[in-house]
Amino acid sequence: MTDVQLVELTVNGERHELAIPPRRTLADVLRHDLGLTGTHVGCEHGICGACTVLVDDAPARACLLFAVQVENAAIRTVESLSGPDGGLSDLQRCFGEHHGLQCGFCTPGFLMLAEGYLAESPDADREEIREVVASNLCRCTGYQTIVDAVEDCAGRRRAALQSALDSAPRSAPQSAPQSAPQSALDGASA
Amino acid sequence: MAEPGFRRDGSWVGASVPRREDPRLLTGRGRFVDDITLPRMLHAAFVRSTEAHARVVDVDLSEVRAVPGVVAAFAAADLALRDITALLDRPIEEFVPTSMPVLAGEKVRYVGEPLAIVLATDPYAAEDGVEAALVGLDPLDPVVTEAAALAAAGPPVHDEAPGNVLVDVSLFATEGIDDVFADAHTVVSVEARTGRQNALPLETRGVVADWDDRDEQLVVRTCTQVPHQVRTVLARCAGLDERQVRVLVPDMGGGFGQKCVVGREEIAAAAAKRLRRPVKWIEDRREALTASFLAREQHYTARAAFTADGEILALESDVVCDMGAYSCYPFTAGIEPLMASAEMPGVYRVPAYRVRGRAVTTNKAPTAPYRGVSRPQYVMVMERLMERAARELGLDALEVRRRNLITEFPYRGVNAITYDPGSYRESLDLCEQVLRDEGWPGRSLSDGRVLGIGYSCFSERTGYGSGAFAARKMQVVPGFDLSQITMDLDGTVTVTTGTLSHGQSHETTFAQIVADRLGLPYDKVTIVQGDTDRITYGWGSFASRSVTIGGSAAAAAAVKLGDQLRALAAHLAGTDVDSARLDGRGGVRAGDRTFSYAELADVAYLRAHLLPKEVGPGLTATASFDVGGDGTFSNATHGCVVALDPGTGGVEILRYVCVEDCGVAIHPRVVEGQARGGIAQGIAGALFEQVVYDELGQPLAPSFMEYKVPTAAEIPDVRIEHLETPCAFTADGAKGAGEGGTIGAPAAVLNAVNDALRTTGVELDSTPIPRAALFAALNQEAS
Ligand code: FES
Ligand code: FES
Repeated sequence: MTDVQLVELTVNGERHELAIPPRRTLADVLRHDLGLTGTHVGCEHGICGACTVLVDDAPARACLLFAVQVENAAIRTVESLSGPDGGLSDLQRCFGEHHGLQCGFCTPGFLMLAEGYLAESPDADREEIREVVASNLCRCTGYQTIVDAVEDCAGRRRAALQSALDSAPRSAPQSAPQSAPQSALDGASA
Repeated sequence: MAEPGFRRDGSWVGASVPRREDPRLLTGRGRFVDDITLPRMLHAAFVRSTEAHARVVDVDLSEVRAVPGVVAAFAAADLALRDITALLDRPIEEFVPTSMPVLAGEKVRYVGEPLAIVLATDPYAAEDGVEAALVGLDPLDPVVTEAAALAAAGPPVHDEAPGNVLVDVSLFATEGIDDVFADAHTVVSVEARTGRQNALPLETRGVVADWDDRDEQLVVRTCTQVPHQVRTVLARCAGLDERQVRVLVPDMGGGFGQKCVVGREEIAAAAAKRLRRPVKWIEDRREALTASFLAREQHYTARAAFTADGEILALESDVVCDMGAYSCYPFTAGIEPLMASAEMPGVYRVPAYRVRGRAVTTNKAPTAPYRGVSRPQYVMVMERLMERAARELGLDALEVRRRNLITEFPYRGVNAITYDPGSYRESLDLCEQVLRDEGWPGRSLSDGRVLGIGYSCFSERTGYGSGAFAARKMQVVPGFDLSQITMDLDGTVTVTTGTLSHGQSHETTFAQIVADRLGLPYDKVTIVQGDTDRITYGWGSFASRSVTIGGSAAAAAAVKLGDQLRALAAHLAGTDVDSARLDGRGGVRAGDRTFSYAELADVAYLRAHLLPKEVGPGLTATASFDVGGDGTFSNATHGCVVALDPGTGGVEILRYVCVEDCGVAIHPRVVEGQARGGIAQGIAGALFEQVVYDELGQPLAPSFMEYKVPTAAEIPDVRIEHLETPCAFTADGAKGAGEGGTIGAPAAVLNAVNDALRTTGVELDSTPIPRAALFAALNQEAS
């Protein structure tokens, strides 16, 4: 099992060439080969969700994927959420404001889960959000404040989108994007 | 403190300020043990026992060493480390000392016990190596249940304890109690069992150890709640001086007690430093579920005598705790029976009390104190006794509680404990009122499910000082804490604490406490924790002691530093010390002058010739704190509404209310977080989680597929109401808030389920509540 294989991965928009054994999980490659230790490992068998990353915009368990499987995909980790200056995204700020984290070990997984989900379902209500949050385990918070954080973020994004639409010139094309442009969001929730 | 701080009165304490931990944790820049990588680092994995009980015939590692990537492999004899031994100062009739070897050499006592350590260049290779080990085990009959342990029919778990009883204490026996029971109007009894649970921090245990040639030190980074105790044990096991070991604790993904004892794998991995290469061991989830420290498995036989109007006259309890294969360091196997024995009367006025507490050893993974320690269990039993008495006497269960709750403080209990003031009665009244206002009582569901409402009343002793641990006769006596504060040239301060945050926000809350004492913004206060080189000695974080004891030590150190600053300012202004005052905004007023802290620090460090003769340079103060009396007592009432589904036996929690009183909340949002998280763990114990073994002692829940950890779908939103009965002798009147949620929840859930079952005549007293029993109870009339 020591054969290595050349693998090209795109992580947070950056391309990496790696020589790794085929049995190496995506979680290990992200954490230990690329040094992106924000993605955590809590169970290595696909239940806890601490290792959740986005693979082509959809939340996925990095512990259940071999890195060789995702060569042609765009991978995003928690490190991609904040700005280059470390400024927090609206979602991250919501987690902080609602005390949605205590020890913080589960947090990257929940952030990426919510990031992927809200992009897909911007109109999610609290019950739907709770159901999605139930994909991951947290041992500290009792989940309520995580649900609060995601719900609040969804609401703020909707409000930002609405005000962007309201202030747009009438002649502008009416096809609203699935998720609001990042700049509009940042402005509204700052 | 007149300068506007975060709250209107200018204090930082009491304000839910932004957590200083958050930015790094939210961006993936937190640093947990597994995030640490050192050059030339080796990865460890353990060869573990596949038998619950066996003599070790042979551990052959020759094939292991041939596996590609494996650098070395050591069995017990190769590492030759001293055993880990936790002792009580009790006579042999009460306590049988046993030891836990770092690696098992002669005998294995549970499935998963480590026999050898394999070191390889990457963790995959280390696991390959483990698979190549040839272990010869000669099986013995395993002792799997507490009943089998007490029957002592087969080979004992430890030869030193032929009856498998490690601790047997009868702490209290009120004279004449038999007559009280004989003469009482009503006697009710409860037999209850609580399942074995895993505290289950989401971050498993782990360690990175490296030898530092410059400092001649073994530097051990590990996620522990008790860094100094790890240092002490490691030094003793490996024959090093204390100062040759430095324990550093990075960010920590939870602990809940599982990490407040010293683990053997950490010691073995650190000892592998003989290769002169850094060694990392990260426990995998399977190890964490089967071979880590477990908790909670207890069996109560209890009865209580009541008057006709529901007043309790006497309480008797026999508790047997299944501690598994080994006694944990430093608490020993006595932790659970001693806690249960000492505190079972809880919030009720119990005039007569008799108790026997035993710790038995079995061939299951050893136990550690888990959030709440025995209190979730005995509170559950007490609350069942109250409910049962009410039922037998035809009284309202809340009324029975009200007749027995302690209402006058300080109260000296039959258990020789003095309770400091709390709001036992008030919290019950408010909890009931909240549920009444929400319209729950009397409501029914249209979907055929049955509604039940349950309560639990409890207090939790939080600030256990060294007196409380000494009373337990622990040979290693935790309790105090030491804090040192240093002001730098720029007038900002750094405070050390011997306590250790694993999610409880010490970097924020301790800064708030110190900021108020010195009139500094809380972000000008840096907290140092988890470094045995920078902190003289500390007792870490467990038993909700951080804010009460550690916080009080930090506050005292800050006050001392403030006194130094006042003295210095007075000297410079030529006035007397008594007239010098901290101005609450980073300065000292002395005479008609005001000195900023930076000005004073400038003198203390850069112009020491201006200091008074008897004062040396620098600005540092040290203080310690210990609770003189019996500790602080936070209290709460929990109220829970459940819906039982007759079709499936399923339980859904529809509403949960917690009225808590932890004295002054330093950071109310953190307190709420502790309560919610604790309640989730309590609900987990009541309804879901159980470590199950088969009759050969094989663990049947080695993954999250079998060990059911509740998710957001099972844990309800919790409404929290705060009451505030300040503590008279801790910093800011805080009482500690880490464990209450876990303590109160099992009883509240169980009582709610029983309330829903009331028409069936069935009463359940054990947890986790078996769905099959619920189904049967709900469907018995139909059949
Ligand atoms: S580590 Fe991937 S799901 Fe738990
Ligand atoms: S915050 Fe600790 S596990 Fe979620």
